[in-house]
Amino acid sequence: MTGFLSILRRELRIALRRKGDVLNVLVFFVVIASLFPLGVGPEPNQLRAMAAGVAWIAALLAALLSLPRLFAADYADGTLEQMLVSPQPLAAVVLAKILAHWLLTGLPLVLVAPLIGLQYGMPAGAFGVLLAALLVGTPVLSLIGAAGSALTLGVRGGGALLGLLVLPLLVPVLVFGAGAVSAAMSGLDPSAHISLLGAFLAVSSLIGPWAACAALRVALD
Amino acid sequence: MNSNLLRFAAPQAFFPIAGKLIPWFSVLAGVLALAGLYVAFFLAPTDATQGEAYRIIFIHVPAAWMSMFIYVVMAGWAGFGLAMNTRLSGMMASALAPTGAMFTFVALWTGALWGKPTWGTYWVWDARLTSELVLLFLYLGFIALKGAIPDPARADRAGAILALVGVVNVPIIYFSVQWWNTLHQGASVSLTRAPSMAAVMLLGMLLMALAAWMYSIATTLARLRKIILERERDAEWVRLQRSAA
Repeated sequence: MTGFLSILRRELRIALRRKGDVLNVLVFFVVIASLFPLGVGPEPNQLRAMAAGVAWIAALLAALLSLPRLFAADYADGTLEQMLVSPQPLAAVVLAKILAHWLLTGLPLVLVAPLIGLQYGMPAGAFGVLLAALLVGTPVLSLIGAAGSALTLGVRGGGALLGLLVLPLLVPVLVFGAGAVSAAMSGLDPSAHISLLGAFLAVSSLIGPWAACAALRVALD
Repeated sequence: MNSNLLRFAAPQAFFPIAGKLIPWFSVLAGVLALAGLYVAFFLAPTDATQGEAYRIIFIHVPAAWMSMFIYVVMAGWAGFGLAMNTRLSGMMASALAPTGAMFTFVALWTGALWGKPTWGTYWVWDARLTSELVLLFLYLGFIALKGAIPDPARADRAGAILALVGVVNVPIIYFSVQWWNTLHQGASVSLTRAPSMAAVMLLGMLLMALAAWMYSIATTLARLRKIILERERDAEWVRLQRSAA
């Protein structure tokens, strides 16, 4: 537990010394969301119908942008190898890194998301649902993404490969996350979607860290 | 499992066996496919509602079956290799992936060709079509990951982890897409279930499915032999084989 907390603290401290990395992902999120109306036209009803999907796709892309850095620096300078041979269980290291990744990218995305809601003229009632869905769904991006990031560690063409590996696995997050908001906007109860999103979070919190640990052992073999 | 069977887990022992099996499975695939196509084109009656266009299901349905089945078999071999550290298992998974991806593509392609005369459009965001498309992406990701890692042992283990995560996700993706589809009723066209399939149609489909099985085994074994030769090219037995040939 102390190892978990010290790694979490270290990750956050490193990130706060390079604030640009964190901010760039957020700006990227907003830029992607702002491009859609320019592409499909400013018709308000159309934009309102698209809002949730755009917010989620922008969140997926933003997460994808930050994921290659999850293990890369520690892999390059040998820190990861030291973590592997330390008495600390590798799972604690991986979980701390996943939590740090979510705190630094997932949570800020949740906080910026209302801006996208405003841009797309989302009704006020749906804001809370969008935030709740993002709050439950974004940790899945970090969990499954960590596995993809570990699998592509030190592999050539890692960035595009990471997208090919991770995005198909994240289809359920997109479906239920955007579905919750659509349901709320058409006057239906979104709680079923949020519950399913929570169920997927539970499943991915089992398989994500397991796969990431196994992949790190393979990469550092 | 007895030790006699496990002996073939060594690439060197399996290589000649695979070579002997390939002609048998190829011939079976050819005979079954001819019989299946004969039933499909000459014996099966014209469908009352869909006309002649329905005959594409004799290719489409076996391809769709194989696409899903091969992914599970591939993940099984990959997981076995990861747990038991057998070299041949990883090679088997590598050999299966292109055949699985090919059948997934064929299922999508024939589905589109069938959709045009029947639904009036090549593509609808139907639950089955969408999850088949995601399955194709999973195959391509597996092949791409294996191709990107130069060390074969590392590639096998990384691919195995990905295949195992994928196989857990496939049912979740399928149900999520199905649910998403019912949510967006407007865009969907329901797959009209045939009331009861004529026995002769079912026969044709089963023959074609068996042919697809035999074809998959034959091509996988042939690809496996190539992979074994490539990876073991510095081994003594491969050199002996080369000098004998």
